Amino acid sequence: MFAAHLPPLARSLFSLLTITSLLLAFVMLGSRWLNAYLGAFALQSWLIAVLSAAVAYYGGYPELYGIAVLTALFRGLLLPYLLLRITRRLKVDRELHERLAPSSSLVVGGLLVVFAFVVSAHLGATLGLTGTIAVLALTTMLSMKLIGFLMLMVRSEVVSQILGLLVIENGIFLGSQILVPGMPLLIELVILFDLLVVVACLGVLVRYLTVHAGTTSTRDLTRLVG
Amino acid sequence: MSPAIVVAVALLSPLAGAVGCQLIRSPRVAEYLNLAASVIVFVAILRLLPIALHGPYTLLHGYLIVDPLGAWVLLSVAAVYLLASLYSIGYMRTLHTPARLHRFYALFAGFALTMLLGPLMNNIGVYWIAIELTTLVSTFLVGFEKTRESIEAAWKYIVVVSAGISLALLGIILYYWGGSLILGPTYALTWGTLRSVAPHLNPTIALTAFLLVFIGFGTKVGLAPMHTWLPDAHSEGPAPVSAMLSGALLNTAMIGIVRFIQVIDAVRLGALPQTVVVAIGALSLAIAALFITRQTDIKRLMAYSSVEHMGVMTLGFGFGGPLGVAGALYHMLNHSLNKSLMFFGSGNAMHAFRSKRLGRIHHVLSVMPIAGVLWLAGAVAITGAPPFGLFLSEFTILRAGLAGANAWAVFVMLALLVVIFIGFLNHFRAMYFGENPQVAAATSCGQPDAADRFWRVLPMWLALIPLLAMGLWWPSTLSHYFAVIATQLSGDAR
Repeated sequence: MFAAHLPPLARSLFSLLTITSLLLAFVMLGSRWLNAYLGAFALQSWLIAVLSAAVAYYGGYPELYGIAVLTALFRGLLLPYLLLRITRRLKVDRELHERLAPSSSLVVGGLLVVFAFVVSAHLGATLGLTGTIAVLALTTMLSMKLIGFLMLMVRSEVVSQILGLLVIENGIFLGSQILVPGMPLLIELVILFDLLVVVACLGVLVRYLTVHAGTTSTRDLTRLVG
Repeated sequence: MSPAIVVAVALLSPLAGAVGCQLIRSPRVAEYLNLAASVIVFVAILRLLPIALHGPYTLLHGYLIVDPLGAWVLLSVAAVYLLASLYSIGYMRTLHTPARLHRFYALFAGFALTMLLGPLMNNIGVYWIAIELTTLVSTFLVGFEKTRESIEAAWKYIVVVSAGISLALLGIILYYWGGSLILGPTYALTWGTLRSVAPHLNPTIALTAFLLVFIGFGTKVGLAPMHTWLPDAHSEGPAPVSAMLSGALLNTAMIGIVRFIQVIDAVRLGALPQTVVVAIGALSLAIAALFITRQTDIKRLMAYSSVEHMGVMTLGFGFGGPLGVAGALYHMLNHSLNKSLMFFGSGNAMHAFRSKRLGRIHHVLSVMPIAGVLWLAGAVAITGAPPFGLFLSEFTILRAGLAGANAWAVFVMLALLVVIFIGFLNHFRAMYFGENPQVAAATSCGQPDAADRFWRVLPMWLALIPLLAMGLWWPSTLSHYFAVIATQLSGDAR
């Protein structure tokens, strides 16, 4: 497969991009400010766009250049813009009542990465891929997934929850670029589009929440139990 | 008639209905436009059933598949769509939101369209998208009443299900990766391709991917412990939407699980995957039994009953074999009809008593004599008592389980079904025959006019009669149909 045989420069570039993306997930985890989340998410999306272009160049998948451009436009510009509009309207700029302080979240996030690495290393070992970029991609994909879930659990502002979902999506997209670069173009396009629709739907719901429920914190959504 | 035409009719009529409702903006026109679309869909799917029996057809360059399993799920979707469209004419008029009613019907038809798409999808990635789309459309139906509770439910629904289903996407990508090690980097991941490549897949990847897709689509099916969105969404949407969610939507995600079980069977990992499926099914039954017994809200009671029945179906598919598959598929249609009936009855009771609380609903028969009897019959049916269809299907699943490797689950299932039978019917005893000193005077007010009542009782009859018929008589055509599906699910693999 493509990820197993790469020139050293490409290897280093891919490692740098994946690990920086993972670090940006930790930036989100370690901050209280919604603007910091947004900035980190936008930057992460740009890195993934660069990664797509790099895969296109080194792997010989020219259609991925298109995906790179679309990723930069959709995930790097349009989604952060939509989220920024939601944040502005809400007049909330920071997470007030997280269930777990950012410092503790970082520790838990670190443990989750270790867990993701153990699983990925095991999967990689059964395929004889130990030490390749594929294991790193799997680790990042699973870690970002788990960090996204962690954000959904410990953060209660609606914008943080949307960003939690987006981190999960970014992780899957990043991993899929390295593991399955040959995935049909249509699927990738539809997933990009789907993400946009999800955020638009969530934006409408946020407006309903502010108008009809008078809150943007999911801590206050406690009426339905049992 | 070729399958392409039938499928086109079934997909284009709800699309036309949705667009028409949105453009014409008249509540009366929208009601009948949506109803017409649902009738056309139902007729088309009835026509599709015998066509599908003659083997899987692929349409649109292999993006659509028409096979007996998919057609059977489509039948349950189309039946519930028809019943719910009839019911919503009577029910939605009582909500006093005429200005937004055309939007409701546009969303309703759109929701039906997305649910019809899912089982027809041959490409697994596109199937995932179709399931995700059902969430996005139905969220707004759940939050349609725009009360604080309904918006809370809509938010939890979209966040929990989107997060859960992203696990399924991860699993699909792992499957694609596993396949790409054998088939080369670029290929179309269809159900057929995945099944044919399954025996050569790396077992570790296949098992990891299977667990991810099972948890992912299991979230959408409402299996415990991923069921948390389900009672909220089902209880806060308008009654016809609850019926669509429970009777149709859950089945469209279940078909994904069934097809992935088929794939993992072909990998030959032994009994482990089946045991996981059976254990999750049994856990769903257990959670449902706990919450049904202690429930205080009529629609949440119905919602937990959906968790229970999805658990029963999962057990059936987990036990596998011709008997297990037949029982689970029969159960699917029976449950769709029965749960629609139950939600329609709950909607009528909520309207008559102006409350969802079980404690405030009492002397049902004196307030709504005909609908009350139908609802009570439905309650007896849904707990799996003879002579209704669910008794036959649950009995078949129990028999299938005894023959398999996970016979322990049969006894768990039997015990929990008894608990649910007692717990569920005890609520109905209190509502129908209980003495309630605090609110002894009937609080019913605002009797609907005769036309509205007609629309709200007719679909209850239409759901109960086939349910009774299917309990008394299991048509041999259906046995043949299920046998074909079971052979297709196991035949190529083993």
